[in-house]
Amino acid sequence: MELTLAILLTIITAATPLLLAATGELVVERSGVLNLGVEGMMIMGAVGGFVMAYLTGNPLLGIAFAVLLGMAMALLFGFLVLTFATNQYATGLALTILGLGLAALIGEGFVGRAGIRPPNLYIPGISDIPFIGPLLFGRDVLFYISITLVAGVMWFLFRTRQGLTLRAIGDNHHSAHALGIKVIRYRYLAVLFGGACAGLAGAHLSLVYTPQWSENMTAGRGWIALALVVFASWRPLRVLAGAYLFGAVSIGQLHAQAIGIAIPSQALSALPYVATIIVLVIISQNRRLTMINTPASLGKSFVPDR
Amino acid sequence: MIRVELLRRDNPSRALRLLSPLIGLSLALITGAIMFSLMGKNPAAALYVYFIEPLTEAWSVHELLIKAAPLILMGAGLSICYLSNNWNIGAEGQFIMGALAGSIFPVLFTDFQNPMVLPLMFIFAVAGGALWAGIPALLKARFNTNEILVSLMLVYVAERILDYLVRGPWRNPGGMNFPESVRFHSYARVPEIMPWDGRANLGIVIAILVAIALWFMLSRTLKGFEVKVIGASPRAGRFAGFSSKGMIFFSFLVAGGCAGLAGIIEVAGASAQLRPIISPGYGFTAIIVAFLGRLNPLGAIAAGLILALTYLGGEAAQISLQISDKASRVFQGTLLLYILACDTLIHYRIRFSRKPAAKGIEQAAASSEQQPPAAERAV
Repeated sequence: MELTLAILLTIITAATPLLLAATGELVVERSGVLNLGVEGMMIMGAVGGFVMAYLTGNPLLGIAFAVLLGMAMALLFGFLVLTFATNQYATGLALTILGLGLAALIGEGFVGRAGIRPPNLYIPGISDIPFIGPLLFGRDVLFYISITLVAGVMWFLFRTRQGLTLRAIGDNHHSAHALGIKVIRYRYLAVLFGGACAGLAGAHLSLVYTPQWSENMTAGRGWIALALVVFASWRPLRVLAGAYLFGAVSIGQLHAQAIGIAIPSQALSALPYVATIIVLVIISQNRRLTMINTPASLGKSFVPDR
Repeated sequence: MIRVELLRRDNPSRALRLLSPLIGLSLALITGAIMFSLMGKNPAAALYVYFIEPLTEAWSVHELLIKAAPLILMGAGLSICYLSNNWNIGAEGQFIMGALAGSIFPVLFTDFQNPMVLPLMFIFAVAGGALWAGIPALLKARFNTNEILVSLMLVYVAERILDYLVRGPWRNPGGMNFPESVRFHSYARVPEIMPWDGRANLGIVIAILVAIALWFMLSRTLKGFEVKVIGASPRAGRFAGFSSKGMIFFSFLVAGGCAGLAGIIEVAGASAQLRPIISPGYGFTAIIVAFLGRLNPLGAIAAGLILALTYLGGEAAQISLQISDKASRVFQGTLLLYILACDTLIHYRIRFSRKPAAKGIEQAAASSEQQPPAAERAV
């Protein structure tokens, strides 16, 4: 029981940054924009969150600053891709390269310092319920944000007029434009939302998951988040399931390493990446499912004719 | 509020096609100067140390050529991928797997020492890199799996294979337990061009020859035409009878082979052994090389030299000006962003228009109304 609880807790912790970043990217991709810069926005969130929390002693300020930096990176991406109609693939890659470099530069003086973890929620009585209490009612603020975000995005995309409009833009930006919808404005907002989420994910890494800063600490999680969106075939609930599945895989390999299973540790640590590939293959085999859900304008530039 | 509008040109601008990389480079240099002054350094001195000083001494020109060789090879190979709309971003992994495949001979068969070793190493390295690139190609062609994500994930896998080998079975038994392989014997080394002058080896010559060959293929053969047609319009390619699946394999295998060759040139050249980390991100910098070279293998030669300079200048600036070597990565990132923005100028004119204030306010109100509720919650 104790061990199960401990494992479940770590799985939740490992899954939360993936869930945050993937939920944001899902909205971006639903609007027809492919932002491959998740990794770069996430690492900027990680360094920004850590540095701000370290300097002010307030982890909540750190989280806010992480969101701000994530959005600043997203704005840069949006300006190039939406206003300048640059190639989305290459621009996303550039954003990742820039983010990794910039974060390494900013965080250089902070390597090895102890980070400041935001306090866990504690509701007297409820958080004391055995098992369920600590599992669900005693977590950090970002866990609750991640769950709320999934619910909010589901509601927004499938229950509001603006959500419908956003999905319409993602499916056919020319028709949406012809109907008088502000394609570029919607996309800016979606991209900024994605940046905010990636910033939150980064803050989770450097404040909650491992409260410290180290270079390249995102370790490809931004890319796994991108894969999760494909895996989830652009549905928020499936992103939730996928994130927890991946959390379980990465925690499972850590436990296997700790027990000392006679497999090289490198093979185990490669597992999340191999699992990503396998899952992508399985999903893409089902062409019908992919065809129905893929936003048809995904990755294509749009220049409004006036 | 000032709006930016894009107006499509009737014909792509010829002048800008040539100038856009130069404009991008100049803008990146200006940004770099601002960054240096923000860091409290003299920007002129910093730019001198970065981009001029390494060219003033023979030994550092040699170092430049050593760093440029893998960048040119991979940048030229990736150009083929990107031209044909195949997004291989895992050259770093293909570089590592090429280096490993080529190193089989000097590491495992240490007694096999004759002039045949080096050519065999090259062949194995090309095969190793191409096979690793073949995985995303196969998955894309067969299952329509996203090649961007697969090729990138395989970078992390390749890094772990290298780490396992140099810490485990391939570790030098007489190496004081350091995680490194045996030093390569002299038959397994890429010969230096002018040993009396500096360390530069034949790698740079090979890289330039490969780039020229790829340029010839692209501009003078049917295969090159096929690359460009499929990249510009897969539909047109189908009408012409070109196979886009075949092109997936062709472009990935060429780029992977180039990356593998770059890998063996790196380890059998300057470093002469395998270590847990054999590349300072060459595979990712090569993406910038490809774009700075305007996806032209000849352009990749110049672009490779320029980006090699940022590595070398970064090292020099760290020593003489105490500027973090991370600054060069920031410079590389901004450079790519500027190049991409400048590429837009080839096809579009930019018009800045000022909107009437009243309308601006109205729009601001409308936009805050339309903001997705989820976005508000996140902030």
